[in-house]
Amino acid sequence: MTSSDHLTELGHFGEGSLTFFECLTLSPSKLRRVMRSVLGGHGDADLAFPAGLMDNAGFSSGVTRALAPSIEGGNPMKSPKLDSTSRREVLIRGANLAAIGAFLGPLGSLARAADAKPIKVGFLYSASRDDYGFNQSFAVAAKKLAQMPGVTIEEQERVPETAQCERVMESMIQVDGCKGIVATSFGYWPFVLKLAAKYPDVLFIHGGALWKDGDPKNAIGYRGYMEEPHYLCGIAAGRMTKTGKLGFIGSKPLYFIFNNCNGFVLGARSVRPDATCRVVITGDWDSPVKEAQAVNALADQGVDVIIADVDGPKVSIETAERRNIYSCGYHTDLSALAPKGFLTGAEWNWAKAGDFIHAWQTGGTYPNLLRGGFKDGMVAISPFGKSVPENVRQEVLKARQGFIDDTLKLYKGPLKDNEGKQVLAPGQVISNTDNDYKVNVKWLVEGAIGETGLK
Amino acid sequence: MRVPSDSAADTSHLTQSPAAPMRRWLSFAAVPAYGAAVESACLSLGAIAVALFLFGIFVALGGHNPIEVYKALYLGGFGTRFSIEGALTQASPIILTALCTAIPARVGLLVIGAEGALVLGGLAAVLCATAVSTAPAAIGTLVALLGAVCVGALWIATVGALKHFRGVNETISSLLLNYIAIALFNHLISGPIRDFSQTLKATSWPVPPAFRIGSILGWSVHWGLVIGVALCIVLFIVLRYTTLGFSMDILGGNRRAAQVAGLPIGRLLILACAIGGGAAGLAGGIEVLAVHGAASESLIVGFGYTGILVAFLARQNPLAVIPVALLVGGISASGGLLQRRFEMPDATTQVLQGLIFLCVLASNAFAGRIASFTRPT
Amino acid sequence: MTDANGIGWLGVALAIVGGALRVSTPYLYVSLGEVLTEKSGRVNLGLEGVLLMGAMSGFAAGSLTGSPWLGVLAAGIAGGLLGLLHAAICNLPRVNDIAVGIALFLFGMGLAFYLGKPFIAPRAAMLPALPFGFWSDEPAVRAALEISPLFLIGIALAILLRWALANTRWGLLLRMAGESADAARALGYSVNAIRTLATIGGGFLGGIGGAFLSLYYPGNWNEALSSGQGLMAIALVIFARWNPLRCLYASLLFGGASALGPALQTVGVTAGYYLYSAAPYVLTLALLIYSSSTRHALAGAPSELSISR
Repeated sequence: MTSSDHLTELGHFGEGSLTFFECLTLSPSKLRRVMRSVLGGHGDADLAFPAGLMDNAGFSSGVTRALAPSIEGGNPMKSPKLDSTSRREVLIRGANLAAIGAFLGPLGSLARAADAKPIKVGFLYSASRDDYGFNQSFAVAAKKLAQMPGVTIEEQERVPETAQCERVMESMIQVDGCKGIVATSFGYWPFVLKLAAKYPDVLFIHGGALWKDGDPKNAIGYRGYMEEPHYLCGIAAGRMTKTGKLGFIGSKPLYFIFNNCNGFVLGARSVRPDATCRVVITGDWDSPVKEAQAVNALADQGVDVIIADVDGPKVSIETAERRNIYSCGYHTDLSALAPKGFLTGAEWNWAKAGDFIHAWQTGGTYPNLLRGGFKDGMVAISPFGKSVPENVRQEVLKARQGFIDDTLKLYKGPLKDNEGKQVLAPGQVISNTDNDYKVNVKWLVEGAIGETGLK
Repeated sequence: MRVPSDSAADTSHLTQSPAAPMRRWLSFAAVPAYGAAVESACLSLGAIAVALFLFGIFVALGGHNPIEVYKALYLGGFGTRFSIEGALTQASPIILTALCTAIPARVGLLVIGAEGALVLGGLAAVLCATAVSTAPAAIGTLVALLGAVCVGALWIATVGALKHFRGVNETISSLLLNYIAIALFNHLISGPIRDFSQTLKATSWPVPPAFRIGSILGWSVHWGLVIGVALCIVLFIVLRYTTLGFSMDILGGNRRAAQVAGLPIGRLLILACAIGGGAAGLAGGIEVLAVHGAASESLIVGFGYTGILVAFLARQNPLAVIPVALLVGGISASGGLLQRRFEMPDATTQVLQGLIFLCVLASNAFAGRIASFTRPT
Repeated sequence: MTDANGIGWLGVALAIVGGALRVSTPYLYVSLGEVLTEKSGRVNLGLEGVLLMGAMSGFAAGSLTGSPWLGVLAAGIAGGLLGLLHAAICNLPRVNDIAVGIALFLFGMGLAFYLGKPFIAPRAAMLPALPFGFWSDEPAVRAALEISPLFLIGIALAILLRWALANTRWGLLLRMAGESADAARALGYSVNAIRTLATIGGGFLGGIGGAFLSLYYPGNWNEALSSGQGLMAIALVIFARWNPLRCLYASLLFGGASALGPALQTVGVTAGYYLYSAAPYVLTLALLIYSSSTRHALAGAPSELSISR
């Protein structure tokens, strides 16, 4: 939220406003005069300096002091009548405000940087970080974090989801002095909780939205709603399949895999109601031989679009390309792996970790639990492959907009599972942010061939 | 081993040479009972030193400073209290899985089935604990551990029985049983005995909290370490000072001689395998009760295979297993530090362990050949 | 619930056939290499490490040079070098070759992962495949019958090895070193030299088996590539009674069995997918129990072999 938002409400920039460069070259006294005229003149509360900017910018305290004579004694914030001449004045002053806002903006962040304590952040990956998969999606975020001022990162790969990871995290904290830990893999959570209670001065960030009331405050769980991009992949798949048979390869029988599968199938059936999806669970996060065999077995059955919800989908995409069938990606942008058959993919956007670290550095606030789909920018879709025609792209993008506007709901009645049971009555709608419902999904929607094994 | 002759002892003080003190010390080594032990120790240490040297060359070729790497290895394994705790935690299960290779090796069998016995032992611990969940704490823990021991013992005893009754090679059969055990384990914890309230990973029903094994006062190491050490000492005494142990040594040394002597070969083979399997099963049970609280894929992390390495390094001697397991545990524990400090892949410690293993095996060629250990002063 | 025009159980059969033709190749090469080594009287349990080193070197060479066949060659050379290491240590007196094999397995695996780190992300050119299914219109049949030239070379090798072991002078020497080291020594041949060459050859073939994994199917290099194929192939050799042709049949059997699990899931049989992955091991163990006996050594086992004594 910047002052320019308010300007758009008034119309447009007026003439005579200060340019950015003029702001930079203003002498302090001249600047003080300008500020006084800007703030003292209009008095409209809406056009006041956004509070945040005043608070954060180290420069702002000087501004406040400079303006003190004009602020005290009488409330300059009461709104004057806006007749035509003063409206022009307001416009000009508003523009000045915008310019100064723009001027102070970068100064503001510089000041923020000066406030930020240097911090070392440790990343834990369950496998290699350049696996063209889950870990790589976090490694991308890690690189972005390393660019932040005062932040150094260190990474350790192949950390198993056992008590071993607890030792690794403790080693990072005790031996290397990390004050921030990003535990990427899903199964690290119980150990994160244990250590968060033990080290209250360290921030723990986990890629799984499992935080609940009562958990330590220095732990954050965040995760995008992957079902939403899976739904979009499903639309692309449903449009591009010739046989109507899709394939979903999942790693472990866990709830988010099944939600993703349901999203994929629902998306496909929304454009092609007779589409079916064969579900193969390999049982391992990462098992290239089983994944390749699954793709081949699916292709033998006539499946012509697959999506692989495994930690490293590279093998599945490449095998699908060799079998000349379409594929959808997962975790990160895999379009380079299948030039002919790639449709689109479901990607994470883990960069919010940067905001959490920054809040930790400066003593700001952060949410303990952040879940979101397209609406909150926590997920994304990959660039479209060459083979996807324009009308399908538009359809996918329209659905994405539906998620952003929250007009498109994933789970809505009437909905049957693939054993014929009614899970949602007609008219019943589950909110896209209802995590409790999704954690308890133990079924696959109609159209999916396979079972969860969960009870 | 040759007995020192009298003629050397009397006049040695008259013909002192600069090396005399050293030779006097080595005469201690020439005494049969201790000579073999000292020689084994020296050979193993020498092999480790050679392996470290080769490892230094290996990392230097990769562009890292070997001295810094050695320092990090020490720091990560033994340098701080935290590192020592890590080394001890890593060592606890591998002390027991090493026994699974060491004890059958005394009767001439090369068994590598510790991994399978461990996971099934963990499974059995969970099942027994839930079966007696209303019992008092100590009884419950005992029953769970006993269950783990029995299942592990049965599993590897099968290997011994197959060898004796059908002549099936024990190395291959124990390897195959590893994979079968892991598949069975995965199947059970994903379905029949799964705790569905755990959404993070497939886990079995949890063990009642009262049955859990706790930490040793103040340190973050669990009592399983003490159980492992105690078992090693007990087995060492049994093997060295009892008739049973002596029979096993004869069988391991010369099978024909054992047959001629009328020893019950089949029973000895199966018993040795059962003891080894019981130890590995116990390791699994302790891991479940002390560390995880339930059986899950966290049990399948390669403790069995590391145990093989430890057994060979310790030359199949239960007592020597203890310090060797600590050493190997320390090396494993320092892998993370190497990754973070030097950007080296975590497979680095595996390379080091493999080098140590190869060097120790090669050093066998020098056993009984180095003159200092066989000649009197 | 199956949809009407799924090919259902025919698809499972095709998957098994396809699996037999695809997945059997690493088993074939590793078992042929192990036959060579064991016929000379040594057991090399380190072939799993050799397989991984071969896969890594093949992929690395393939991605660096752009030619998958150069990758295959590099993989063979890497395997041969590891075989040389095995032989060198086993040539020392009083060294247990089974233990050295296990050590080599750990070392080779660690080395492969260490050196292979920079090659996880890149892609390499894949080995070509010959379309033997051109006569069919079903894409599934076509795909199942896509055969790699390495598989055909492997078949040729099996036949060649069988003939050579029985009919050539080199084969006789090899077998003599494995049956009776004394006889070979009496004739003036160095038993160690024969065994060293055999182990190097075995390693070379094992490396090529690994290259198949990374350069054809599944066609990727990462740390989860092998699931014990090298170790299984060693069991396979015993199962095949050291006969190269039987190794071929056994490899086909195992390849088909390992494709069973995912294939059944695609027709909706999902219960117990872990148990299907154990099927090949159970099969091997059962056949091993059946064919072993205490009264005589395993038929066909070289007498000098430590596992048959």
